[in-house]
Amino acid sequence: MLLAADGEGGGFHPPTIADFFPAPFLFEGTLLEFNRMQLVRLIAAIALVVFFVVAARRAKVVPGRLQSLAELVVTFVKVNIAEDIIGKDKGGKYATFLTTVFASILFFNLSGIVPGLNIAGTSLIGLPVMLALWVYVMYLGAGIKQHGLGGFLKVSLFPASVPPFLYVLLTPVEILTVFVLRPATLALRLMANMVAGHLMLVLCFGATHYFVLEAVPAMKAFGALTLVGGIAITLFEVFVAVLQAYIFVVLAAVYLSLSVAEEH
Amino acid sequence: MSTAAHTAAVLAAAAGEELEGIQLLLPAAYDIIWSIVVLAIIAVPFYKFALPKLNAVLDERAELIEGNIAKAQAAQAEADSAREELNAQLAEARTEAARIREEARAEGGAIVEELRAKAQADAARILENAQRQIEAERTQAVVSLRSEVGELATELASRIVGESLADAATQSRVIDRFLDELESSATEVAAGAKQGD
Repeated sequence: MLLAADGEGGGFHPPTIADFFPAPFLFEGTLLEFNRMQLVRLIAAIALVVFFVVAARRAKVVPGRLQSLAELVVTFVKVNIAEDIIGKDKGGKYATFLTTVFASILFFNLSGIVPGLNIAGTSLIGLPVMLALWVYVMYLGAGIKQHGLGGFLKVSLFPASVPPFLYVLLTPVEILTVFVLRPATLALRLMANMVAGHLMLVLCFGATHYFVLEAVPAMKAFGALTLVGGIAITLFEVFVAVLQAYIFVVLAAVYLSLSVAEEH
Repeated sequence: MSTAAHTAAVLAAAAGEELEGIQLLLPAAYDIIWSIVVLAIIAVPFYKFALPKLNAVLDERAELIEGNIAKAQAAQAEADSAREELNAQLAEARTEAARIREEARAEGGAIVEELRAKAQADAARILENAQRQIEAERTQAVVSLRSEVGELATELASRIVGESLADAATQSRVIDRFLDELESSATEVAAGAKQGD
């Protein structure tokens, strides 16, 4: 574990939130401070772009392995998320947006378990916030385009199927939901999961490092236990990375479909 | 949830450090800026090139598969119609063959009939010729017999009478008369014989 190597000797260091705020090494003190987290994000982004651009450039009707993998992602988002949730007629035009978001989150999440990177790009709040804002703008824009500004507000905040006197209760809740809670929960859910995953990994591998190298001989056996735990959590993090990307995009699709749905 | 527990642990762990836990939730300006940069790095090639290209290839494949299915169905239909046409032609050929056979049989019958009639005609003609020839020969035999019988009778009469019937005209007259008598008596005998039958 490379990050754990930061504290050499001197006993066991539990993971801290300082992991998410590494010291900047470029443009220090400016608005463009560049630290290890940004470098990891940049690497993940470039890897993702290279993967998809190469797959697309070599794309043929009879696909190779790389193309099949890229197509798996594209068709999964398009068919199982966009068309299933938003509908076959309207879902198609949001497929590009949803695919881009899904692939981005997946790669930024997976950077948390790639040896050498070891931190998820989505574990620092800025990126989840921007992704959530993107979704926010998309679903507000889609709703206004579909119903007009007044129509969208009426459909979202004053649902037709509810008796009017309940608007006293419902409308404030809906305002909070549509304009605050949806993007906030999107960003927080993603960030918190990645932070938690990183802390678990550091805890296990940091403990292994401590038990094997520094603890008294009687304690060294615990190192095996924490190592196995670390490996298990690494595998679990792969699952969480895919799951969180999926949840984020499914919710984005649900919000879009709520915005473009006809009055009911 | 474990997530909440861990976040709590983070906050607890952070309490004593120089970094406050709340910083996890408040994005710094550089964080926002670099997030926009990396998202733009991803979004531009995705929107402009990668996804349109992949979707185009996927659509092309779907069209190709649909096209092939349609082609196969068309080929199947064509094969069906060809087979039906073949069957129809076969049936027609069978009818034609039966008709030709029937005609040949009828024609054969007609030919046999014609030949038989011709053979009968030939036979009749040959028979008639033979009868006519026989009749002619008989007539000739009768004529020659008459003259010979005349001579013989004359001879005999001469000998019996003792005098020669020198005069040829008298001789002929006598003979004719004799033969007429003979003939009429023969006729009477024949008529009597017929009546006697």
